[in-house]
Amino acid sequence: MNRLPPTVGLGFKPEHFADIVRRPGAVGFYEVHAENYMGAGGMPHAMLARLHDDHALSLHGVGLSIGGAGDLDPDHLRRLRRLVDRYRPESFSEHLAWSSHGNTWLNDLLPLPYTDATLATVAAHVDQVQTALGCRMLLENPATYVTFEASTWSETAFLAEVVHRTGCGLLLDVNNVFVSAINHRFDARAYLASFPLHAVGQIHLAGHDTEDLPTGPLLIDSHGRPVADPVWTLYAEVIARTGPLPTLIEWDANVPPFDVLLGEAGRAEAILAAASGKISHVA
Amino acid sequence: MSLEPDHQALQASFKAALRHEAPPAGLVGVDDDDRALRFAVYRNNVQYGLSRALAARFPVVERLVGPAFFRAMARVFIAASPPRDPVLLGWGVDFPTFLAGFPPVAALPYLPDVARLELARGRAFHAADATPVAPEILTSSDPATLRLDLHPSVEAFTSDHAAVSIWTAHQAATPPGPLRAAGAECALIGRRPDHTVIVEPIDTGTHDVLCALVAATPLGVAAERGDPTTALTLLLRHGLIVGAATGEPR
Repeated sequence: MNRLPPTVGLGFKPEHFADIVRRPGAVGFYEVHAENYMGAGGMPHAMLARLHDDHALSLHGVGLSIGGAGDLDPDHLRRLRRLVDRYRPESFSEHLAWSSHGNTWLNDLLPLPYTDATLATVAAHVDQVQTALGCRMLLENPATYVTFEASTWSETAFLAEVVHRTGCGLLLDVNNVFVSAINHRFDARAYLASFPLHAVGQIHLAGHDTEDLPTGPLLIDSHGRPVADPVWTLYAEVIARTGPLPTLIEWDANVPPFDVLLGEAGRAEAILAAASGKISHVA
Repeated sequence: MSLEPDHQALQASFKAALRHEAPPAGLVGVDDDDRALRFAVYRNNVQYGLSRALAARFPVVERLVGPAFFRAMARVFIAASPPRDPVLLGWGVDFPTFLAGFPPVAALPYLPDVARLELARGRAFHAADATPVAPEILTSSDPATLRLDLHPSVEAFTSDHAAVSIWTAHQAATPPGPLRAAGAECALIGRRPDHTVIVEPIDTGTHDVLCALVAATPLGVAAERGDPTTALTLLLRHGLIVGAATGEPR
């Protein structure tokens, strides 16, 4: 299940529903967070069904805690399976992170050390998800603020090995790469040079905020502003190597009018068009 | 699958540190301050995200106490009743009980009932779908044995306080003037076919009839509790009767 068109998509915001219905096909696909559609019925499902009538759909989970040390929540896997069966999304993706522990939901994408042991756990969890959902999933690289002394694998080698062991695909979040590179003082281009690009099935782009620590800048993956210029540059470099890939603009905080999101989408569309040698035709 | 004890222990210490000041051991950083400032991003994300989720569920409670007070109160509630799974639309069912036992809001005795009303609205918003039937259903059968299927969103709400008036007065962002309400209040809560959630004030007699109808009591029996006219009119007007049958309940 990775049938998204190699075009630009937007994160769906209910406040944009009327704009979206008025302009079907304004972008190539929409992404929704799976956990927002786990009620029985009503407006959320009515909107999602209507959205999917006209557009490809990327189902993005934030609740599986794939990097958690404990077992995956079987109830949550069943809820996801119900959504997949009901809507037949063109893609399912989740995060290399953990967010629950010992019967508590922590509501954030938390970082994990990269070791042989965590690799085995993550690979087993990805296998379990793909079996439960009956499809290949995409695993997303995280934005992180801390790293661990215990890590013995680089993040890119860790992800490549998860792909090798499970056959999953990857969701490359270019903003996350840039945020982590600044935060941990490594070279984003070197990271991307070692990233298993052959496995990438989708790209995420988003804006970030900047804090100043006594030891230097700390970028926050806030999804509340336009994509930063250096992230656009890295994105263009990736697309020049891979060719056009489904690309999502994420904007989750301080959500702007729909036209602002279309402006961001147009910028990505131009980069995709340049890579495919086509003339840009932004809706 | 094998569980890595080190990984379990590390995540347990990380989770514990989200509630305290010092970061967990084993983080890379220039010095302790650097590690603490970096780790604080996660602590803030968790608190802020859950506090906003709670405020989205209880917007009128937030208006009644103010955003700053609500944030501080949310911290206490989050520590006492953290979410158990990632489906946050199911979180907060014990918030009214928490409010009833939280001394700083003891001067607002109606607050738990306002929270209960907001919970009922949330349940109605996410309730299963069902299609209304034609009004003729009411006249086509013997009311003595006719049982109505109400939409899954329908609830009969009651409060010993003026929770319905208070909730209604705080729908606008601007604070209301003095309220003339006092005493117990009731409401019909449900979701219309256009997905709008309604809160219709009703008298106690109509509330009693509605309770009977929700329990699938035959119409004729429910009418012994009070005049059913208002309840039936509201249910029909909002498309909340989704089926009917005569005889024993299914």
